[in-house]
Amino acid sequence: MSEGKSARVLVVTSGKGGVGKTTSTAAMGAALAHLGEKVVVIDFDVGLRNLDLVLGAERRVVFDLINVINGVAKLQQALIRDKRLENLYLLPASQTRDKDALTEEGVAKVIAELRTKFDWIVCDSPAGIERGATLAMRHADAAIIVTNPEVSSVRDSDRIIGLLDSKTERAERGECVDKHLLITRYHPWRAARGEMLSIEDVLEILSIPLLGIIPESEEVLRASNVGSPVTVNAALSAPARAYFDATRRLKGEQIPMQIPNESRSIFNKLFGRKAA
Amino acid sequence: MNLLSIFRRGSAPVARERLQILLAHERDARGQPDLLGVLREDILAAISRHVSFDPDKVQITMDRGATVSTLAVDIEIPNRRRASGSLPHYNRLMIDAEVTSARSQWTNGLC
Repeated sequence: MSEGKSARVLVVTSGKGGVGKTTSTAAMGAALAHLGEKVVVIDFDVGLRNLDLVLGAERRVVFDLINVINGVAKLQQALIRDKRLENLYLLPASQTRDKDALTEEGVAKVIAELRTKFDWIVCDSPAGIERGATLAMRHADAAIIVTNPEVSSVRDSDRIIGLLDSKTERAERGECVDKHLLITRYHPWRAARGEMLSIEDVLEILSIPLLGIIPESEEVLRASNVGSPVTVNAALSAPARAYFDATRRLKGEQIPMQIPNESRSIFNKLFGRKAA
Repeated sequence: MNLLSIFRRGSAPVARERLQILLAHERDARGQPDLLGVLREDILAAISRHVSFDPDKVQITMDRGATVSTLAVDIEIPNRRRASGSLPHYNRLMIDAEVTSARSQWTNGLC
């Protein structure tokens, strides 16, 4: 592995579970790797790991983050290289240990070592605000707050933003973590009918910059079913295009924000429902 | 817009308003004790120094509004004088407090 790099540490977080943190970590980690960046994605969900499954690497896990922290394995032994994207690596969480096995010093050491070897370190946070979540955000330079346009998700995101502004290394140094809002599972037609919080509503309430809008799509489910990030498995689908746009914005490119749409039939347009 | 939306009004505006009120309170409360909670404790402590009352006979209601919150404390206090042979009399002490939150514009700290 090449030395002398200085990675950007990114945490993908949300507070609420099930909003799409792991899916987004996999999709954007793969998109970054596809764009030529050297990426490691780390699963911080000790005891309930899933990033390995979503990336299709579940049968290749030998050592994990806890093993590295405890000195049972070297970092290189625990990193799993993606079979499709040679720039993408996974550091899995432990499935058998409990979250107390994550130590602050251990995580700091692993992140420091990874910083010299990668361009991006993407930390997939567990849900909640406990140890796993606070350690996942601890060293972050930037954060992606994954939010569904739904009251409980928005409330939890607000709480997480408060933690990013107070409990991270950067916050304690008096600096800021760059915060980016990623809205997932968005139904444009539901928002248009006033049945779902609109993008404007969520932005006004959370007041952090918008990174992207990922439309609800069966392609996302299909991608996890087969263990391949949606940006690899269906690169031209609406959610994949939205993830690619978000990834380019994360890299600093100026890309106009548009809400990707999947084609809908006349029937759907008239009645606002997706045909089963 | 479609045919159904003509007949149905969405619930998103309600969600938006509820969230705005809730989050304004939660942001205020970050890193400091809940003002209404502190008031409640102090009021009950002050009253219990002078009269004894049954904790089960205390009703506390709170309503967190957008600009004004109200805390209502309703305490049943047994009368000291008691007509012999009759049931105890009760006085009711009701305290209504309106708390206007001096809320500063929330700006994610300095970030």
